[in-house]
Formats: sequence, structure tokens, C-alpha cells
Amino acid sequence: MTVFEYAPAPESRSVVDIRGSYGLFIDGEFTDGHGEPFKTINPADESVLADIACADEADVDRAVKAARAAYERVWGAMPGAERGKYLYRIARIIQERSRELAVLESIDNGKPIRESRDVDVPLVAAWFFYYAGWADKLGHAGFGPDPRPVGVAGQVIPWNFPLLMLAWKIAPALACGNTVVLKPAETTPLTALLFADICRQADLPPGVVNIITGAGDTGRALVAHPGIDKVAFTGSTDVGRQIARTLAGTSKKLTLELGGKAANIVYADAALDQAVEGIVNGIFFNQGHVCCAGSRLLVQESVAEEVLERLKARMATLRVGDPLDKNTDIGAINSAAQLDKIRELSAAGEAEGADRWSPPCRLPDRGFWFAPTLFTGVAQSHRIAREEIFGPVLSVLTFRTPEEAVTKANNTPYGLSAGIWTEKGSQILWTAQHLRAGVVWANTFNKFDPASPFGGYKESGYGREGGRHGLEAYLNV
Amino acid sequence: MTTTELHGFLHGLPGVDQVGAEERAARLASRSIKMSAKAEAIDLAISMVDLTTLEGADTAGKVRALCAKAVHPDPSDPSVPKVAAVCVYPDMVDVAVGALRGTGVGVASVATAFPSGRAPLEAKLADTRAAVAAGASEIDMVIDRGAFLSGDYGTVFEQIVAVKDACGDAHLKVILETGELATLDNVRRASWLAMRAGADFIKTSTGKISPAATLPVTLVMLEAVRDYRAATGRQVGVKPAGGIRTTKDAIKYLVLVNETAGPDWLTPDWFRLGASSVLNDLLMQRRKLSTGVYSGPDYFTLD
Amino acid sequence: MSDRLAVRKTYKLYIAGAFPRSESGRSYPVTDGKGRFLANAAHASRKDARDAVTAARKAFPGWAGRTGYNRAQILYRIAEMLEGRRDQFTAELRHTGASKTHAAAEVDAAIDRWVWYAGWADKITAVAGAANPVAGPYFNFSTPEPTGVVAVIAPDSPLLGLVSVLAPAIVTGNTTVVVASEPAPLAAITLAEVLATSDLPGGVVNILTGHRTELTPWLASHMDVNAIDLTGIPDEHVQDLEEKAAGNLKRVHRPTATGWTADPGTARMTAFLETKTVWHPVGV
Repeated sequence: MTVFEYAPAPESRSVVDIRGSYGLFIDGEFTDGHGEPFKTINPADESVLADIACADEADVDRAVKAARAAYERVWGAMPGAERGKYLYRIARIIQERSRELAVLESIDNGKPIRESRDVDVPLVAAWFFYYAGWADKLGHAGFGPDPRPVGVAGQVIPWNFPLLMLAWKIAPALACGNTVVLKPAETTPLTALLFADICRQADLPPGVVNIITGAGDTGRALVAHPGIDKVAFTGSTDVGRQIARTLAGTSKKLTLELGGKAANIVYADAALDQAVEGIVNGIFFNQGHVCCAGSRLLVQESVAEEVLERLKARMATLRVGDPLDKNTDIGAINSAAQLDKIRELSAAGEAEGADRWSPPCRLPDRGFWFAPTLFTGVAQSHRIAREEIFGPVLSVLTFRTPEEAVTKANNTPYGLSAGIWTEKGSQILWTAQHLRAGVVWANTFNKFDPASPFGGYKESGYGREGGRHGLEAYLNV
Repeated sequence: MTTTELHGFLHGLPGVDQVGAEERAARLASRSIKMSAKAEAIDLAISMVDLTTLEGADTAGKVRALCAKAVHPDPSDPSVPKVAAVCVYPDMVDVAVGALRGTGVGVASVATAFPSGRAPLEAKLADTRAAVAAGASEIDMVIDRGAFLSGDYGTVFEQIVAVKDACGDAHLKVILETGELATLDNVRRASWLAMRAGADFIKTSTGKISPAATLPVTLVMLEAVRDYRAATGRQVGVKPAGGIRTTKDAIKYLVLVNETAGPDWLTPDWFRLGASSVLNDLLMQRRKLSTGVYSGPDYFTLD
Repeated sequence: MSDRLAVRKTYKLYIAGAFPRSESGRSYPVTDGKGRFLANAAHASRKDARDAVTAARKAFPGWAGRTGYNRAQILYRIAEMLEGRRDQFTAELRHTGASKTHAAAEVDAAIDRWVWYAGWADKITAVAGAANPVAGPYFNFSTPEPTGVVAVIAPDSPLLGLVSVLAPAIVTGNTTVVVASEPAPLAAITLAEVLATSDLPGGVVNILTGHRTELTPWLASHMDVNAIDLTGIPDEHVQDLEEKAAGNLKRVHRPTATGWTADPGTARMTAFLETKTVWHPVGV
């Protein structure tokens, strides 16, 4: 028997130029922050990548004022067609600098280069390209003949898809005529700061896009700032709740894209090989750091054994390691804190009596790593079946009838996404209709597109990003 | 087995979602095989080639030239492995056998009214027996796609059983001609049908129909042999044929084997590449790895 | 007029299709525009609110599962029933101090508003939904779906205001718990009689009368309520209720400058709609 070992195939880091320190991008310039600077590290080896400025309240105020001035003087009044051309320019520059963006994203976030190269960055360009086209067509979007922008948007985004979440926020906001102050996550600021440079290359008027870095305090100062008209947040349900409370009694618009605990339902008649692929893609894509991850596998009892056997065999082929290796399937966990949380919940799963399994896999010594993990014998009442783990950990439950599948799938305060695997068309539509979730993937999973609205039911948040629906959050309607 | 029994079985197999299968194949095709892995893959691929000439214009001279190439693909470099087999029409088998005697390179012959298969069963069996009698160690038969597509699975099954019987000790590769089966569901069903009827190998294509071998089709066939072994204990080989022209193509197939059926299939006993032009590209890439400079077609023989 | 003594109506709550008294046994006097006693209205408690939410939740799957055409016919039936009681409602509104002309006009407008919304039941999906051209071999469509249980804090316009906030919530398949106008709740209970005879399933609309400040915090904080319409809430109470609503991320419809009097567009419907997007591969 020949063992076909893939030699290391690392993507070159030479394409990125990481500076020693980064300031805040306000009014078209990098400026000093007045909070305590912090470091961003490479989660794959814990090396320090750069010092990052931290915005305090005064810095936030400066950024909001810059955005306000840009909104009133330039951007809000600019014809949509001109705004659109700026966004097209940005989309093109993203395509031109795609390799650099992908490598930087993988270094700062820990995600495999295959994903940042083939998923994140292409979608980022697509998002700008898509919303660029809306800028001069807003009167045809179903929100009245001449819908107006909201004003200044304060946007806070997570670390799991740093640049993609930036695109989801900034592209529609700018297309609709708003200006923005965006805060990237403190563990993944680098691609947002590179995006600032892209804005300059595009000659985007100063103040239209402001990037301020910092942690929770900076985010709180931003959403509470009286000078912003709209808040968009992607992140945890707890923080989303706090923001909703902060905005209570104000006239600020709010959209929230929060946590999830998606059920991935596999019926007995599913195309099993593709279902197994979908299960793997559902939970191990981006190390499971995905709000819409298919973290609860609901498999029909009659095929449960067969599905699990195939799933385990497939999991054994997953390649965990260097995010920059082009053959890596699962990269590094984004932070020590996140790794702790995954470990804690996995330990809870074992303590509550579920059976834990991982394929043999050697993890690097340095950095934050967690092997792809499967829990069987999981009950609805277990924490690993109810709480969002946000890591490469799959909880497997079984069901007997379609009604039971739907009941179990909906038995959660979340409602972001769900998966359905069956070759029977009417069963797909019946199941999709009964699932209380904003995105339903049937015979596929974790697909995203700028033309496709995305967002949750219940405690997974409100508002939609993507498509015509995504404009509503940034229009005064 | 009767058509009714076979219908029940074959239509009870899990379906194949085309988009999902294509996505999986494309994902595997994006593997980056470099350096030592690439060198290993190139030699493995060379050793899996069924060097093929299936032309109306074939002559004894052409076949002898091909056989020489099969044994010493790169005359200037004895470290290059020989290919697995030479694949010819039945009337050329004796030429190939003569040329390859003692070399360890097999002689495969297409048979059964290749490529259409539109001949009476007796003619197909006679074709097979003639090739075996002339010394072919492997027979590449075609299934009756008309019978398959009309749901007459019993006829397809019985013909494979009969040809297998006519093969005697020769290995039987069953060509599904997946380009005419049109859907991946059909590819999976035809794979199981052939395996249950006794195929030693299942092979994608004659090379005379477009599309010939594709990655998604081969993926589905590899899943079939994997599942068939799990169910029965018997291992069946896979041979994509046609359309494999570059080293990059060949390596994609090896990755597909490695991560679908598994390393057990990564030998010439269980996986073959039906091709001819790919061999020179493999040799060129091999030389690039050993010399560090790009080579050119003038440095390899056109046979 | 004869000197026959009139048989008065007992104004009760409307929960799960029935007309119970408040479980608390309390009531409060309702007066007309000149301060004269009209009737005792039920003074609903937090437990009544809880029961109403339970009823609304139970009714939700069935009502959401009706076809748009069926919901349209039921809403139109409500308009028919209201038209039949036109004089009764006109008289009831006059008790609140409206002139005869104004009262009649408000009843007519309320009837017409049911008719307007009835027609939306089988059209809003086409307007708010989409087939999305994604860049891959997938069919992708988005459909609006009802949010779930909606708490509706009605404005003080006893009939037209109530209908203007209630009809858009239920036409798309939501079920509701309505807190009627505190000073003028009687028309709401009479409207419940109309709803109860219009083939509207019990529990789709539940109507509470009582003290707004007592009931609304329980509804705003209730974890099994999906959305809240604060139209009838005075500005000074909005912040507190929004904070409570954040507990389970309720969809909140804030009081707007134009309130319910604006020409009804689609905004009051879309406020309580979710968008569900479904993907499926396209292959053979």
C-alpha cells in the first residue's frame, strides 16, 4: 500500500507587509488612538503581528464627527451613480489585491488559506460589486420612489469573517448614501486596516469610511454615541441584547446578526455522500466559527449508524494545521479565550454523558488548536445541544419522523439557519416551511451570496443582510 | 439476477446530488501537491497508465512502438517506472503480447464490439475469447447502454456475467461509458450493477464519446467501490479513461482516490489511468522536478 | 322610547376565543366623554396577559399555516360582520364623545381598513419575497413569514386605531395579544364579538382591557412573545419597554410621528415579518 503524503504547500507570506503598529483610520488619515494600544497575534503560533491603537470615547467622537461631516458635505448628497462607481472601484481593488487580503486574513484569523482565498475574499469583492449596482437604483427597490439614507452608521463586526463582515456592513451602507464608523474585532483588525488603504487607493472621500479599533469599550462607546443614526452588529446574542438595551428609547435603527445553533436534518433518503460532505462543511468550515454552523446534526434513526460511519471516515481525512498551507482544511482557533470556551463546553458534553470522538490528528505545539470533534448520544437537554460552541464540535441527535425533526430543530431560542438533506422534493419544502430559521440550506450548507438575504429569527437577531432586503437597514424607511 | 430484483436494488441506492458531487470533486482538485509528494505522485501515475491506442489505423508497427514506450517511457532515464499495461484492439493483442513478453507490462484488450457494443452477444463473446486466446491479461468490455437506459438491467447484468466467464483468468474491466449515462445516479447504479455481475474493474469511458472521464464521475465510482468493499469484502478497481492529458489532471485523480476510496486503491492493481498523451506530460514534469528547469516536447518520444 | 329597562352588556376579556372575566376578579369603570359612567371593563392582570400569550402561541401554527387566500377571506368576513354592526359601533363611539358624523366616518374607515388589509393576505409574499440570482448552481428564494406572537399596544382611538394596528399584524399569519385603549376599551371588546363570529380561529386575537402601565411590562418582557407594537405607548414609557423587549430580542415597532393615522402602506405588515431564504442545488 502506498501512503500518499502531501508535502507542505505553504502560501507565501511575502505578499503581505504588516507594519509594526497601526493607528485609527479617521477622516481618511491614520491617526493615533488615545486608549491603551493592544496587540494582535497570529493564532496559529501566538506570535505578535502588530500593535493596534485603541479608540477611546474622544476618538470615537472624532470618527463619528468625521463621518457626519462626510455625510453632510459629500456622500449623502452625491448622486447614486457616482457612489456606485466608488464601490465598483473598491470591488476591483479587492480583486486586484485578493492574494494579499487572503494571506493577511489567514494570518490574523487562523482560517485556512483555501477558505480565505476561495470563499472570504471572492465574496468580499462580490458584495461590493453587488451593492455598487444598487446605488443608483434605490428608487426601484420597493422602498418608495426616492428613499433617503439614514445618516451615519456605527458598525461592529466579529472576528470569524473579519473582512467579509466588513463588506456585509460597509457595502450596503455606502450604496444607500450613509457614511460609516466601523469597529473590527480586537483579535482580527488587520484586514479592516488594509481595507482603509483600499479606500484611499479608490480615492474615497475622507470620512466616508472610518475604521476604529479597540475592544468592548470602544464598541460600547460607538453604539451609544448620540451622533450615529444606525447601528449594525454581528456577534454574540448577549452583546446584541446589550446593544438593543442601549438603543432603547432612541431613534437609532438597529440590525443584529447574532448566534445560532442550527439543526442539520438528514433524512433516511438523503444523498448520503453529499449529506456527509454537507455535515462536514456545516460544522468544520472556518473551524466552526460560524454563527450559522450546522452544529446540531439531526439524523433519522434508520440511517444514523451508516451516516455516522461515513462521517467518521470522512472526518479522518480532514487536515488540521498551518492555516497558510493550501491543503489545510481546519486552521487555528482564533483566540485563547475562544479555545477555552470550546474546551469548557466539550468537557460539559462529556460530563453530561455524551460520547466524544475525534479522528487521530496531531495538533501543532504552539498556537490555539482543537481537533474536529463529534458527540454522539446527545440529548436535547445537554448544554452542547443548546449552547453555541462556535468551534469544530458537532452534536449528533436522532429523530424518527419529520414532525420530530422539525420540533427538535425549532426547540431553541435561536433561529438563524438550518439544513435539510433528502431526495424528496415535497419533504424539503414541507420541512423548510416548518423550520423557524432565516436561512435554510436544502441539500447544501453554508452557502453565501450578496444577492441572498441572510439573517435570523428569534434570538438570532433581526434585519437581513444581502439582496434587496439588505438595503432596508440603511434606508430611512 | 432478474431485471426486477436489480431495479429494486439499484434504485434503492442513495441518490447522488450532482452539484454536491461536483463541488466535492472541485474541492479535492484544489489540493496542492508539491515537491516530494509531486514526485511520488508522478511515478505512481506513470505506473498506473494503461497506454492506449484504439484507432482504425492501428498497425503492428504502431503497437510495437507503443509497447517500447510502455516498458521504457523515458529511454534516457531508467529510473522512470514502466506503465501498467498497453491497451489495444483484439486483433493487435498478439503483437502486443509478443512485444511485452517478460517485461511485466500487461496487455489489455477492448472487446465486446467496442466502442458501441452494438453486436449480438455471441459476437461479443467471440471477440472476448479471441483476445484472451491471443494472450490478453485484461479485457475492457463495454456495457449495453441502450439496455441500461431502457431499464433492462437484467440484460446488462447477464452480458457482464457471460463476458466474465469468457475471460477465464483475464481481469475484466467493465466500461460504463458514463458520457452516455448522463446522470451521476446512473453512474452509481451502473457501477453497482457491474460490480455485482463480477467486474474486477469499473472504467468510465471508451474515449470515443464526449465527455469521457471527469472528476465527479470518477468520484462517484470511487464511492461505489469503497461502499461495495465495505458491504461484500471484495475490492474492485477503478479506471478513468479519456480526457486525462496533463500531470495536473493525473494528480487530481490520485488525490480523489486517496481521499475517497483510500490509499488501498493507490496501486496499479486497483487504479488505472486510461490515457496516452498524459504520459509525455508526466515525463516532462518529472524531468522538471529532477533538473529544476522546464523541459520541452522535443525531448520526449512521440510514439 | 319605552321605559323598559335595558339589558346591559358585561364587558369581559377576549382570550382563546372565549370571553372570560379577569382572573383577578377586578374591573374598572369606563366613562364617556363627559365623565359619565358607561360600564365596568375587565381589569386584566399579568396572569390574564400570560394566558393570552399562551393562547396566541397555541393558535400561531394553525393560523400561520392557513393559505393567504383563506386568511384574506376571514379578514374580509370581519369587514362584513363589522358592516352589519355599523350602527352599534357608531353608537358606541359616540359614547366616547365623537360626533355622529365623526363616529360614523370612523366606523366606515375601520371597515374599509379590514378590506384593505384582507387583500394583502395573498399578495404580501409576492411583494416582500424574492427569487435571488445567486452566482452558482442554486435556486434561491426568500419568502416573508409571520414573526409569531405579537403584543399590540393599541392607541387610544377606540376602533380605527385598534384596527389599524391589529389587522396588519394578523393578516400575515401572526397571532396577537392586544392591550386595548385604557380610557376607551369598550369598542375593542365589541370588536371581539365581531372577530368571534368571523371564522377567525380562537387565540389569533386576544384582547386585554385594563391598565396599560401594569400589563405592558409583562408583555414586553415575556420570553414567548416575538414582537411588540408600541404604537399606543406614551413616549416616556418607550425606553423601559424597549429595554425589557431586548430580553429575547423582540422585534419592536416604535411609536412613529405619523402613528397609525398614516395611509396604511406595507410597513406595519413587514414590521412583523421574517424573511426566510431557502437554497437548493440545481442539477440532474
